[in-house]
Formats: sequence, structure tokens, C-alpha cells
Amino acid sequence: MAGSCCGGDLGVDNAMCSAGIRDFNRVEELQRAGHAEDDGTVRYVLSVPDIHCGACISAIERGLNGLEGIVSARVNLSLRRVTVILDGPDRSPDFVLARLDQLGYAATPVDLGDLGNSDERRKADRLLKSLAVAGFAAGNIMLLSVSVWSGASGATRDLFHLVSGLIAIPVVAYSGQVFFASAYRALAARRLNMDVPISLAVILALAMSVYESVTGGAEAYFDAAVTLLFFLLIGRYLDQLMRDHARSAVLGLSRMTARGGSVVGAGGTLTYVPVDEIEPGMVLRVAPGERIPADGRIVKGASDLDRSLVTGESAPVSVALNTDVEAGTLNLTGPIDITVTRKADESFIAEVMQMMEAAENGRGRYVRIADRAARIYAPAVHLLALFAFLGWMIATKGDWHASLYTAISVLIITCPCALGLAVPVVHVIGAARLFRQGILMKDGSALERLAEADTAVFDKTGTLTTGTPRIAEAGIAEADISAAKALALHSIHPASRAIAAYFGDEPAADLSEIKEVPGFGVQGVLDGTVVRLGRADWVGEIANTAGDAVTGSGLAFAREGGAASGFTLSEALREGTPEAVYALGEQGMGIELLSGDSVAAVREIAGRVGIEAFRAHATPAAKIARIKALQSEGHRVMMVGDGLNDAPALAAGHVSMAPASASDIGRMAADFVFTRDTMMSVPFAREISIKAGKLVRQNFGLAVLYNIIAVPLAVSGFVTPLIAALAMSGSSIVVVTNSMRLARGGSLLPTFKRSKETADESREALA
Amino acid sequence: MNVLIYLIPLALALGALGLGAFLWSMKTGQYQDLDGAAERILDEEGDEKPL
Repeated sequence: MAGSCCGGDLGVDNAMCSAGIRDFNRVEELQRAGHAEDDGTVRYVLSVPDIHCGACISAIERGLNGLEGIVSARVNLSLRRVTVILDGPDRSPDFVLARLDQLGYAATPVDLGDLGNSDERRKADRLLKSLAVAGFAAGNIMLLSVSVWSGASGATRDLFHLVSGLIAIPVVAYSGQVFFASAYRALAARRLNMDVPISLAVILALAMSVYESVTGGAEAYFDAAVTLLFFLLIGRYLDQLMRDHARSAVLGLSRMTARGGSVVGAGGTLTYVPVDEIEPGMVLRVAPGERIPADGRIVKGASDLDRSLVTGESAPVSVALNTDVEAGTLNLTGPIDITVTRKADESFIAEVMQMMEAAENGRGRYVRIADRAARIYAPAVHLLALFAFLGWMIATKGDWHASLYTAISVLIITCPCALGLAVPVVHVIGAARLFRQGILMKDGSALERLAEADTAVFDKTGTLTTGTPRIAEAGIAEADISAAKALALHSIHPASRAIAAYFGDEPAADLSEIKEVPGFGVQGVLDGTVVRLGRADWVGEIANTAGDAVTGSGLAFAREGGAASGFTLSEALREGTPEAVYALGEQGMGIELLSGDSVAAVREIAGRVGIEAFRAHATPAAKIARIKALQSEGHRVMMVGDGLNDAPALAAGHVSMAPASASDIGRMAADFVFTRDTMMSVPFAREISIKAGKLVRQNFGLAVLYNIIAVPLAVSGFVTPLIAALAMSGSSIVVVTNSMRLARGGSLLPTFKRSKETADESREALA
Repeated sequence: MNVLIYLIPLALALGALGLGAFLWSMKTGQYQDLDGAAERILDEEGDEKPL
């Protein structure tokens, strides 16, 4: 068995053989994840979800630093990552993983290229630098300006203006680039955005002030220009920070799809091949615990497959010689060899990805509320300033100086702070509230879309239910518990795990000759008697009773010659699901259940959670079709799902949520990811989104009110650019203070009892 | 008012010092792991720079 399984001298028994292949894949994957530095060292980033305290930091750093080949290792507690620098590209990083394993930390390589956020990170850094520079300048210029307002005159005033100008010009040139670049792009595309009036106001105010300072005039408003930039940059930075944070947290969760496979070559050698180089006709070896990388047919071995990722069905399926298997299914019990029948990019997974892309393009048309407002606001502001200028030119018979001043005042006073600052502030506070309850948000528009949703569509397996089966009933004798637990611990089959979990703290017996028979169960020897745990008919072969109480495909345990005892499996509901369904109903949402599972299973769950509308046997395409149908009836659909089969539906929905246990693709497709097990996260997030929406509208209301009062004053020339800048700052502060109200209020829902434990759990789940 | 000749450059220099300190701390990655920094202060064996 051992030799036929692995070939060559790889491993001596099943368990070691599969572990060998798995590690082999992991190391190959890791080596690809390395990033070569300029000085010849190689940097690796590992995601280590179990890091959670200061002791972990020192344990890992002391455990790694000083090993031969490691230049340095450093833990990042916030991101639950370890950065390791190795001394050369030739050194294989497997020993790092082995050492971490030995220390008790499971690590997964993070592909730096895969993160794709280094650009975003640079953008955030750049914004923060701009913000710091603008803050420095605003403070210093304000200092000088205050002296001028309190009565400095003559040479002193001119000197102060000159110094202010010397600070302001380079600072505007540096910090203002964000707005200038965006305004230029908009103009080049013959559009107007909010950055156009901002840029115009800043540049005009600066140019005017330079002219005044040089000619020794009394009115220079460098402070207005720079303070404006400072306030607007705060808003921009917060917006960027939020996206950045959510993205890296979601990516830090471990990956679930296969990125390559082990190809069996002539003579039984194994070579790791990345998924896009797998061709039809290749023979792949898939170890237990691995995902099948491409569609194929089994040519050797037998096993059980967890196809829940593809079909959404929770029960594992037995497979044997000549069975067709799909990419993305998880091999549970025995090693199998498959011949590839289709290229990886033609597989079921790839089809799902294409569907997702198409669905996401549809959603890309959503325009954020701030942008919608900007479309009306920007042209109005320009026209207003222009009319003020022309009106003053006519009224004063060509006093271009006074006219231009009025125009600048209008531009500054109408500065879109409610749009530029208040919307991101509301969204950041909303995101922080959600984050504290373990809900990650991808970007601010998701919050807007969630508030608009009026119909919730749930998936069953892995969403309403935890996806892992649970033992509802066990008729096992007291004396057999330790043996059954020992057998259950040996297998990673979900049913075995459920049994092991059911017995909890019971001691496990010391068994010998344990082996897993793929498709049937686990067998071992206890004190000279054979014991079996698995399919009832297979267990019945050694039992003295034919297992009349136990059905053919049920789960059973027996000693040789003893009575067979059965286990009843049921799906465990996710915590708080009926309450969440009720709460959503209270919020006025329609609720539907779409599942790929059988009618009976779906009806049972729908009954238990209180959903009236449900559909069974739904394929990914059918789910999309249902969502499209709902949308054409004018509904806005919130999709809550987890698996690969839900991913297109998640992308097609107006807004979507996924549990942290969801597949990688599911998490990528969803707008929100909730890391606590409770389903109450869904109504909670919606509640927050509604409140956030209300605050955003209030902020717009405040801004409009302020403009109604300030604009006529500005146009009639009563407002100097200085008062305009102060009024603008004042309105910003009012609007930000109003947004802060979102941070108030506890967790709203009784199930969200805050405790140190749950906080730690969610932090662990995040990493 | 001649004292301004010294005071203005001094004020600007102090401001610039603060700005420089901020940019330096950002560049050396001191904001990359704020949770970790809070824990590391309790570690007696000193510490190396962020990677």
C-alpha cells in the first residue's frame, strides 16, 4: 500500500505520504511567494492567525532569529503576520515553516504580488505625508496671520505675508497634487468633479495672495488656501485608510483554492506545477486535505470528497476509480491520482469566476452618493463664482481686483466640505463600529448600498448552517466512547470531527493498527478486537447484530462481535440565525433562501429559522437568475452566502455579506465579511448602514443650510476670503461633530455581549 | 520688533522639526504595528527595528 501510494522512497505509510506531498506543495508555494531584495536577501511574509499576544511575539522571534539562514524575523501583531528575511534565494524556506509548526503556530505564505495593495499602501502613505506637510504649513501660516489680523502693519505685515507665501507656495505645490491630478484627469475626460472647484479656489487664492504680497497690498490669504487643503486631506486620508484596512484584513484570512498540483512523472517522481500550467492528460496526485486543482478522472485510489464548495451540499461523497472529479473539491480521506480532462481555466471554478466578473461589471455602475451630489454641485459652484465675478465687473465698472476677490470668496465658501469630509467621516466611524463587532467592510459605497437593500437572500450550507455537521443523537454504550473517539480523531472527515467534538473531553483509547478505508470509515484494533467507525453497512459486517436500528448509509460504531450503535447527524444552525431572520423582517426586508441542497434539507432548515420563501437545487446560474428577477421587479438584493457556488450571486447582488468561514472567492466577492459566528451580524450591519445613511443626509442638509446663508453674503461682497475660510472650517467642524453621533450607542443587539473573550476571538479570526 | 528676526525662523524651525520627526517615524515603519508596539514595551530583552 505504502509503496504503491507514493512511489520512490517518499514516506512509509499513508499518513506520512500525504503529509509529505502536502508539505512539498506548501514549500513550493512559499518559494514562489518570496520577494528578492536588492541586497540579495529574500523576504517572505507569512500569515500566522494564532498570534494574539506579546508572548507570541517573543516566542516566535526568539524561535526564529538566530537560526542559520535567517537574517531577521519580525512579527506584526496588528496584521498577524511574520516577515522573515532569508540570506539568499537558494535557501528553501521550509525550515521556517517547520520551526513555526514546532513552536505551535500554523503559517500560510502570503503572496506579496497577490496582495496587490502595495500601490494602495503607497497612495495612503503619500496622502499622510501631504496631510502632515499641509498641517505644518497651516499652523505656521495661521500664526503669522493672527499677528496681521491683530494689527501688524507696514513693513512687518509685508514681511509676514512674504514668509507666509514662501511656506504656502511649496506646500500647495506638494500637498495639493492629489486634487490637481484628479481635477486634471476629470477635465481631460471633459467631466467636472469636486476637485475642479477645489483646485481652482486654491490656485486662484494663492495667485491673488502672491500678487498682493509682492505689491505690498493689505489682503493676502495664504491661510485660507492652506487650511482648505488641510481639511480636505483629512477626509481623503480617512477614506483611503478605511479601504486599505479592510482589504488587508480580508486577504490575511487563509486561502482555500488550490494554486497548483503535484504532477506524477515517469518513475513516480512528483513535480509541483502551478495551476495555469496544468494541461489535459497530466496525472496529478491529490493528498487528503488538499483541494483538487483541475477537473479530471480518478485513475488510482479511492476517497471521500467534500464537494460543498462546488455544489453547496454538506454530505461528503465517496469516489473511486473512473469517477469524474471537479476542481475545487476537497479530498478528505485517501490519496488519489487523477488524469486531467480539462485545463484549469476551463474548469467549473473558472466558469464561476467568469460569471462573477460579469456580475461585478454590472455593479460597477453604482455611483456613490457623494459623486452623485458632486455632479450637480461642481457646475453650480463654477457658474456661481463666474456670475459673481461678471456681476461685480459690471457693477464696479471694471474693478477686476474686487471682482476676483468676490469670486474667490464664493469658491472657498462653497467648498464642498460636506462632500469631501463628512461622508468619509461617517463611513469611517461606521466601519469602526462594525469592526468592533467583527464585521469587515470593503469600502464606503457598500454601506450606502446596504442601507438601500430591501430583500435578503440567504444561502443554506455554510451560511444559515455552520456547514460542519453535528451529532444530534448517539446511542453508544459508555464503555465504547473512548474507542470511538480514538477512531474519530484519526480522520479529518467532517462526520469524524463531529463525533470527536461530541465526545469533548472524554479520553481516547490507545488503539493499534488504525487505518482509514476511504469511502467507508476508520478501523482499529483495541485489545485484540477490531473496532470500526463509519458507514453503518460496513460497520455491520463485523457486528453480531446486522444493525437493525441503523440504516444503510447512516453512521455507526461497533466492536467485532458486539452490537452496532448509531449516530444521527444533523446540520448545526449558525448561532442567532432565527433571531437575525426575525430582526431583518422587523427592518422591513423580504427574505428568501436559495440552496443547492435537496428540497427536504432546505425545507427543514427554512422551517427552523422561519423563512417562508425557499428554493432548492439552485445552481450558481439559477441563483443569479433569481437575483436578477428580483432586481427587475425593483428590489435591491442583499446576498448572504459563503461558498464558491455563491460567489457569482454575491457579486450580482446589490450588496453582499459572507461569513469569515466562507471560501476565499466568497470572501473576495462579498462587500462585508463577518468574523463572529452569530448571524446577528447581518441585521446589525444593516442597522448601522441605515444610521450612517441618515447622518450623511443630515450632513448634506447642514451643508445646504450653511450655503443658503453664506453664499448670498459672499456674492454681495460682505465676506472676505478670510471669513470665508473660517466659515468653511466652522461648517466642517459642525458636520464632523454630527457624524460622531454614529459612534454612540453600544452594540444595539442583546446577543452582542462584549467581553474580553469574544473580542479576542474576533481578533484571532481577523488575522 | 527686531526680535522677530530670530523668533520667526525659530518658530518655523520648531515646526519643521516636528514635521521631520513625523516623516522620519513614518518612513521607518513605526506605525505599521501599533498593537505590537504596545506589547513589545513589556519585553525585557530590548528590541530591534521594524523590518
